[in-house]
Amino acid sequence: METAIFLLFAALAVVSAVVVVAHRNPVHATMSLVLTLFSVAVLFVLLGAPFLAALQILIYAGAILVLFLFVIMLLNVQREETPYHGQPVQRWAAILGAAVFCGMLAMLLFRSSLASNGGAPLGPLTESLVSFKGLAADLFSVDLLPFEIVGLLLLVAVIGASAVAKRPTAEERLAPGRRLPEGPLDGAEDQPR
Amino acid sequence: MSPELTANLAATAAKMVVALGMLLTVVPVMVWVERRGSALMQDRPGPNRLGPFGLFQALADALKFFFKEDVTPTAVDRVMYLAAPVLVLLPALTTFSVIPFGPDLLWNGRRIPLLVADVDAGVLLFLALGSLGVYGLVMAGYGSNNKFSLLGSLRASAQLISYELALTLAVVAAILPVGSFRLPDVVAYQQAHVWTVLPQILGFLVFLVASFAETNRLPFDLAEAESELIAGFHTEYSAMRFASFFMAEYIAMTSLSALGVTLYFGGWSLPGIHLGNGWLGAVLGLLVLTAKIAVALAVFVWVRWTFPRFRYDQLMRLGWKVLLPIALVNFLLTAVLTLLGKI
Repeated sequence: METAIFLLFAALAVVSAVVVVAHRNPVHATMSLVLTLFSVAVLFVLLGAPFLAALQILIYAGAILVLFLFVIMLLNVQREETPYHGQPVQRWAAILGAAVFCGMLAMLLFRSSLASNGGAPLGPLTESLVSFKGLAADLFSVDLLPFEIVGLLLLVAVIGASAVAKRPTAEERLAPGRRLPEGPLDGAEDQPR
Repeated sequence: MSPELTANLAATAAKMVVALGMLLTVVPVMVWVERRGSALMQDRPGPNRLGPFGLFQALADALKFFFKEDVTPTAVDRVMYLAAPVLVLLPALTTFSVIPFGPDLLWNGRRIPLLVADVDAGVLLFLALGSLGVYGLVMAGYGSNNKFSLLGSLRASAQLISYELALTLAVVAAILPVGSFRLPDVVAYQQAHVWTVLPQILGFLVFLVASFAETNRLPFDLAEAESELIAGFHTEYSAMRFASFFMAEYIAMTSLSALGVTLYFGGWSLPGIHLGNGWLGAVLGLLVLTAKIAVALAVFVWVRWTFPRFRYDQLMRLGWKVLLPIALVNFLLTAVLTLLGKI
């Protein structure tokens, strides 16, 4: 039973992940990514970590990908957008990303091979690793520094996004009269409540 | 199969029948309540011809939906368009599985917890599945290939994301003193202490407002504001496909009401009364929960026919600048008080 469920959802995860990369329509690709995340959440449940599964769906599928879709639909990205080939920055970024991924994979393999040598083994998921209390204790004691760094990184990203979004006001200052008159969205802020 | 497994499967199947039966009966009843209730509030008779008090009107409506022509426009994105009505129903139907509807039943030497999915992450599972509901709306809007639908689903996704934060924070603050994500534990805690609504009145108000936004109900039904968007994300749907959006709205309201009364009003329990672990207790528990959900649904109808629709910028400002800060302060206060052992 469990093997059948595992095979079904593992296959679903892989196939939908390929569709994410291969599909020309960005909305379809994003929906496929939702399916991937959902399948991985099912695998978490099979591993005995329903908490991780719930968080995976709640945060990734339920919030982050909705924002993805929101942006794609707001920008009205059509299928067959101009391909991004020939932009060197992106190629280097892709190579760097692949290198980091390979490094992490190598580290994982190295650490699991240590197990046979009697070093620090990567045992199966235990209750203390996947329960609420175990996860929280690890996050806020053992891994406190990385946790805080990730928090700081997200804060920087939020500030960066706000800075990028603020650009039109600078344009407005440079070329007055080029923007549309203020809509209710901007004007409402100035009115006294 | 071992007899143990067979018994467990049978018990789960029976519980699913109870939960699904309840959710599906709610729809026609609520259609009647909504139509007669709005008529009452607007001082007109409402549908009163078919059956006593017009009770069979809902059945006639259902029959009408079955026999209407199902039109699929030619320019739609077929996969998205056809999957959306199913996807919008699924989360609405599954979230109820973590709601306990009675005390543990002792029968034939077994202890049967009266909820479909008795998992440790119950509340989180509810929120996670509930957050998937937005995909149905988004796919409907995108798949319809219609600017009104697209605008409606854009509004829906922005609105759901905004209010989900406040809702989640309110829920977390409510279960913080309990120390468990299992809803049966939440009910047991309220039996031992008081209904959570008393210490968590602030959180409850946030939950109340956010649940109107989460279910796309007036005064927050901007996603289908008929005066500007025709019918919003379901403009292009007809017959049973349209009806499934309609059903999903009522079922989502019922599930969210069930979560609300379980978190804040003791769920199936009554203060000071021990229902016992027999069949009588189970039936009484189900009746008490149903009665509480009925009151919550009546509030949904009452609010819908009382308040005018918000403007979209007002909706967003209320979500981010009023509800979210209140929910955060409430959460921090609860966390500190719980840590100090005052709650």
